[in-house]
Amino acid sequence: MALRMWASSTANALKLSSSVSKSHLSPPFSISRCFSSVLEGLKYANSHEWVKHEGSVATIGISDHAQGHLGEVVFVELPEEKSSVSKEKSFGAVESVKATSEIISPISGEVIEVNTKLTDSPGLINSSPYEDGWMIKVKPSSPAELESLMDPKAYTKFCEEEDAAH
Amino acid sequence: MSVNRAKNLGLPLMNLVRLKGAPILEQLHLEERLLRTSSDNWCIVNDGTNVPTIVMGMSGKPSQLLELGPVIQDRIPVIKRFTGRGTVIVDKSTMFVSLICNKDDVPNVQPYPRSVMAWSGSLYGEVFKDYVFGDRKFGGNAQSIIRNRWIHHTSFLWDYNVRNMAYLKLPSRVPQYRLERDHTDFVCRMKDYIERSDFVEKTVKAVGNQFTLKQVNLEDIDSYAKGEHLKSTRLLTLKELEEAMAGTTHNA
Repeated sequence: MALRMWASSTANALKLSSSVSKSHLSPPFSISRCFSSVLEGLKYANSHEWVKHEGSVATIGISDHAQGHLGEVVFVELPEEKSSVSKEKSFGAVESVKATSEIISPISGEVIEVNTKLTDSPGLINSSPYEDGWMIKVKPSSPAELESLMDPKAYTKFCEEEDAAH
Repeated sequence: MSVNRAKNLGLPLMNLVRLKGAPILEQLHLEERLLRTSSDNWCIVNDGTNVPTIVMGMSGKPSQLLELGPVIQDRIPVIKRFTGRGTVIVDKSTMFVSLICNKDDVPNVQPYPRSVMAWSGSLYGEVFKDYVFGDRKFGGNAQSIIRNRWIHHTSFLWDYNVRNMAYLKLPSRVPQYRLERDHTDFVCRMKDYIERSDFVEKTVKAVGNQFTLKQVNLEDIDSYAKGEHLKSTRLLTLKELEEAMAGTTHNA
């Protein structure tokens, strides 16, 4: 996500994600000081995208922190299946509150599935950023790229430091 | 810290491009190019555009936003731009001000929508502080945020042709400011409040309070913006508009 999150903790407290209570990923989550959720078992980019790596498939979306700062998502532009994504390059955009914001891929690979539900229900990104709001599934071309991403604890700290900067 | 920060004044540098009557498609292509391929800050002022043109946001659906029959019959160009929602019809009486910034050069502005809009609201507050517009709107804005930069661009209704407003539908998602008013009830003409030249100069001055401005001619842009880039802004084809209208008719 092309964002830096510096919203006040008060503002974020009003945006507590409902996905936390519905998570079928059952592993525990951690809540950053700013009250957006950070899910265990995922890796995170400093541009606020998350990756869930399972075997040869990596699922990508944006974090609860990101969706909270975007506001209501009204449109999502995603790549087509069989297209390529590259680490730290844009692969799409979300539209919210009169703004388009590009989405940055945390890893490189081939797009094998796109979440078509987001066409009619872009708000899933707000209501369920880690589950129903997933964006693309990728076959990673360089699995080692995942090593450079942040674990949940590091990402939580990253968000807190960004918040503290403003 | 941006390398553009002018040492003598401590203000970041911003390139100023002044256009008059430039086609809005060319202006938007220029903006998208500068956003994506330049590392400088930019202020683009276009005093009017040459022909009446409809401009939709990235997600705009012609069937929902436009009275397609008259649009097609009257051959009104329709553009889909790279920034967020908001549909406008612009012409020679519309004035455009676009600001492209590196996030590091406006450190008090967080690169997400509400923060950018709050900053621009403050900037234009300086321009319009002596004017009272009530609850009427005289401009629309939109933004695009990429990794380390953002654009905030505004179209100002210096004047408008009521007939042109008839090409636009009442949107299904109505912003709060609009209530249930028809276009003519919630917009106003800036010319009734401020001189055209005053508006431009006050705007440039307000921007100049935060940036050191350097005039750049359009013909010199190539030296600032190089390389290939994603081109999202485009003119919709007649076929696309006709298909959109056919889809609407079929669903009626």
